[in-house]
Amino acid sequence: MNTQELHERLRARFGEDVGPLLEEKVDSSCVVLPSRIAEVCRFAKKEVGIELDHLEDLTAVDWPKRAVIEVVYHLFSYRHRHALVLKVLSDRAAPRVPTVEGVWKAANWFEREVFDLFGVEFVGHPDLRRILMPDDWVGHPLRKDYEEAGGYHGISNVRENPLVELRRLDERARAALSPKASPPKPATPPAGPEPA
Amino acid sequence: MERLILRRLSADGEEMILNFGPQHPSTHGVINFMVETDGEVIRKAIPEVGYLHRSIEKIGEKVGYPGFMPFTDRVDYVAAMFANEGYAIAVERLLKLEIPPRARWLRAISCELCRIASHLIAVGTMTMDIGAFTPMLHGVRERETVNDLIEALCGARLTYNYHRIGGVAFDLPEGWREKTLRFLDHFDRFLTEFDRLISFNEVYVKRLAGVAVIPAPLAIDYGLVGPNLRGSGVDFDLRRDLPYGAYPHFHFEVPVGKGFQGTTGDCFDRYYVRCLEMKESSKIVRQALDTLPEGEFMAKVPRRIKPEPGEALSRVESARGEMAYYVVSDGTENAWRVRARTGSFTAMGIVEAVSPGLMVADLVALIASLDVVAPEIDR
Repeated sequence: MNTQELHERLRARFGEDVGPLLEEKVDSSCVVLPSRIAEVCRFAKKEVGIELDHLEDLTAVDWPKRAVIEVVYHLFSYRHRHALVLKVLSDRAAPRVPTVEGVWKAANWFEREVFDLFGVEFVGHPDLRRILMPDDWVGHPLRKDYEEAGGYHGISNVRENPLVELRRLDERARAALSPKASPPKPATPPAGPEPA
Repeated sequence: MERLILRRLSADGEEMILNFGPQHPSTHGVINFMVETDGEVIRKAIPEVGYLHRSIEKIGEKVGYPGFMPFTDRVDYVAAMFANEGYAIAVERLLKLEIPPRARWLRAISCELCRIASHLIAVGTMTMDIGAFTPMLHGVRERETVNDLIEALCGARLTYNYHRIGGVAFDLPEGWREKTLRFLDHFDRFLTEFDRLISFNEVYVKRLAGVAVIPAPLAIDYGLVGPNLRGSGVDFDLRRDLPYGAYPHFHFEVPVGKGFQGTTGDCFDRYYVRCLEMKESSKIVRQALDTLPEGEFMAKVPRRIKPEPGEALSRVESARGEMAYYVVSDGTENAWRVRARTGSFTAMGIVEAVSPGLMVADLVALIASLDVVAPEIDR
């Protein structure tokens, strides 16, 4: 089936809860109501003729201007070789989306990653904790307004320009070669952010 | 999760929690497994990943479209060519750019050579994890020649940065074709030799056959891809079933696990599918070199790459299975979102489900047979 036919099948079953097919420039997708996503996914996986059994990818995109985080589901069927992209829009201030872990086990780790990097809470997920960042990390790095903290447990993530350091070493070496010259003052490092 | 070196759970000391990694030779990078054991038997092994997270996807939003290409090498540095190709195809789809035939052929040649190099590491380190050291050296010796060839092609031996948005960076150097064909003649013989050296060695087979079986429905449910999926008996290869680039023009077999020495979907199937795939890659390179079209190897690409707003997904068959790049453009010179879906990530997600009941030594076989590369899990 092509994408239009797949979309029609979903529309026939779920009506207006599955949004119109957005003929975006390259890949098309359709938006599903957050409350229905798990149901739509279960239908799309089990229904004969659709059988989207492969959760190819589950990720998110942050849109601060629209104040939404889009959760994107790329589905594929090994039997019928067709694909569909579903999207769920969740409120950026408190993103909550029902989990699809019960539909595809692969969603377990994908959803943990989206939770970790975007802060989307997947309701009903059995083991929702950070996966890539440390457990005590603050913030969700792939959000557009994320700002790095100065460091992590005393490990700095800023350093001064290495050229400044080289210049200081040069001056020290030059001073050592000419003993008559007055002892050099250590070059003051440029004012940079203090490592936390 | 509480991190402890060792904790005894029962008074007689038989049940304990054991940290396997993060620095362990058979974890293929920096991964930690929290292993709950009862004597030698594993109750559960929980992978703890993230040690090599370098926020490559965030970097993709900052550096502009062409600037991200060298970073894709670092997604999977054992098979960097595929990450190059996947990203290039995604951006080309956004730009609606047709690339010249010669570029498509050169991409296929470089990718298949890279697949050989990557699989040699996979099967080589697998034998070493099981306890046979010599076959690894044989694998790495052959890989050196592949590295020499790729170095002649693009100047790098590990992080290639060879593909470009719109084609490839360099044409074939002089004499490269003959050198490659000579190597392939030797390599086909080497594969037979390697099978005689280790693949059907009785001890080796007994260590792998019937161990850590992943049935096909479980493999699909957990999103396994590539050789791991085919090892479970699912006959699917993106190069044949959703062909891209030059692949529709080549004839090759797709090896599928069928219980070569035990059960379909065991460690041996996943191992042997890779051995067979190398033979197919060698065939593809020969065909590509024979039918290499003349002409440009780079399309006309605007100086400033600024795709229309939209989104595109590209799927390529990497050495570790399907690698998908999802690129979202907002119409500026920087991508709004770059996402790399990798095979190792989902392969690691299945360990917790497969591990119960394995012996501790079999966990090593399972990890090796899944051929995970730590940076590809963490990106």
